[in-house]
Amino acid sequence: MSTTAVPQNTALSRFTGVLGDVISRPSGALGLGLVAAHLIMALISPYLSPYDYKEMNAAMMLAGPDASHWLGTDHLGRDVFSRTIQGGREAILVTGIATPVAVFWGGMVGIFFGLIGGRVDEVLMRFVDAFLSLPWILKMLVLIVTFGTGIEVLIPTLAFFYGIPVIRIARAATHDVVARDFVSAARARGHKRLTIMRRELLPNVLDTLMVEGAMRWSWMLLAFSSLSFLGFGVSPPAPDWGLMISDARGYMSFAPWGVLGPVIALSSLIIGINLTADALAKALGIDRAQKAPV
Amino acid sequence: MLRMFIRRLFLGLITVALVSLIIFAGVEFLPGDACTAFLEREAQGKILENCREELGLNRPAAERYLEWAANALQGNLGMSANGEDSIGSLVGARLGNSLLLAACALLTGVPLAIVLGVIAGLWRDRPADLIVSTAAIFAMTIPEFVSATVLILLFSVWLGWLPGIVLTSADAPVAEFFPEIILPVIVLSMVMTAHILRMVRSSVIEVMNGDYIQMATLKGVPYWQMVFRHALPNALLPAINVVALTIAWLLGGVVVIEVVFNYPGLGRMMIDAISDRDLPVVQALALIVATVYVFVNLTADMLTMIANPRLRTLYTRK
Repeated sequence: MSTTAVPQNTALSRFTGVLGDVISRPSGALGLGLVAAHLIMALISPYLSPYDYKEMNAAMMLAGPDASHWLGTDHLGRDVFSRTIQGGREAILVTGIATPVAVFWGGMVGIFFGLIGGRVDEVLMRFVDAFLSLPWILKMLVLIVTFGTGIEVLIPTLAFFYGIPVIRIARAATHDVVARDFVSAARARGHKRLTIMRRELLPNVLDTLMVEGAMRWSWMLLAFSSLSFLGFGVSPPAPDWGLMISDARGYMSFAPWGVLGPVIALSSLIIGINLTADALAKALGIDRAQKAPV
Repeated sequence: MLRMFIRRLFLGLITVALVSLIIFAGVEFLPGDACTAFLEREAQGKILENCREELGLNRPAAERYLEWAANALQGNLGMSANGEDSIGSLVGARLGNSLLLAACALLTGVPLAIVLGVIAGLWRDRPADLIVSTAAIFAMTIPEFVSATVLILLFSVWLGWLPGIVLTSADAPVAEFFPEIILPVIVLSMVMTAHILRMVRSSVIEVMNGDYIQMATLKGVPYWQMVFRHALPNALLPAINVVALTIAWLLGGVVVIEVVFNYPGLGRMMIDAISDRDLPVVQALALIVATVYVFVNLTADMLTMIANPRLRTLYTRK
């Protein structure tokens, strides 16, 4: 990208091409629409909320939906609608930072070890296997119980653990490329490893990493809201979908409106991300279903 | 073939050994130890020192790791932090319950996934495929606690057909878990069916595009005979690996579902142990789950290799 403007132009046109392909598919258009709506809502919801999300009202506990409280109120008399539209902000902030970090570090390590191969690579893969064989929730909870549940703990924790499977994916994708002639040619020209990684390998692995990133985002969101649901994520009184569902489950039999808002909000965001990831994979010609869930 | 098997087994053992090191190091790195957890507020000065002396916690970490690993190899997982229960007896009943849940989910999920996956693959891009594939995305992506909550609301609160929570004690006989186990099994099956059927679908599509299927068609083999005799044996082979990953997931990762339904399995035991900082139990559970994961995957790889002549010869030639 350093010499002329030409590569940048092709990169840009390729980006718009892929974007157009994604939008032209019904699943991609719906998915991107849902994701965009959620992102916009996360930005502007504080200005749209009819009530303060933590404002309690003892006279209005568990009131059903009506004109003043569109989705009713919860067990503390707080407005469910205001809490629902703001309930994704922390989840989107945390996963929105942690996902690119995870894909970047996992991708770089995977490409590097895919390139050098040999003994070092074997040893690293054993470590990756060992980490993957532990249940995600155990790894995360141990760190969270020790260091607390603030976003300054959640972001690095998610970014670290969700980057490890990316190493494997990036390494496998690198192995498909590394034996090709243009990599041998670059080696023969005497390029440094970093140059080969950046100029020859990364462009060929990037498609896989992008699809992987979209999938990681949805899994990370799932993990984040599951942690909140279990009581290890966002701390009350902050609104969060997982936490809201967990609270409202207790009185679900007589006040079911408490769970409906967060259920629909969380599901629509995760489905939106997955539809986008599916359409992106098809547009880039990567078969997502062939990959085992790790 | 045999050399390959021994090599893989060796690598699997190395992975388990590494896991045990990671677990031990991870727990070492946490603040507090078995004594501070056991003594709670009295954990200071002389009492703490005596306790550490008694449990041998003042010895070097390497020595304690070797002892722990050697005991675990002999099946002795040590005592829980309260010093009263042996972990082996605590885990036993829980492991049985998790196996029961996993077995029920596998028996419903795997056949369903194969049938739906084959249907979707054979009628690719037709209405049947679109319905199945869309449903799969929903089932696969909606968080388990969300689908569980919706199902409890529907079947338990509104319709009153099924109990929404498991009240059976951990060591009750299998029969007592019915019908309470049905809703957790449905939620688990939904997720795993979706994963396996997507895999089966894409594998069926790939095989049906193969040259030998075209050959069979041209030779005049009847369609269904071709599907069942020629295509499916090859198409279902990759499913073995996904099923293996699913088994490993069912035995260790279903924490959220066990908490939602109050099911007394390994997952809830894990959460309780972490909340109570019962480190010996956390270590033991992590080791069990990781070992299951490694060996279930190893078995699946071996089965695929035995069943697929191409892979078999590929590795023998190497």
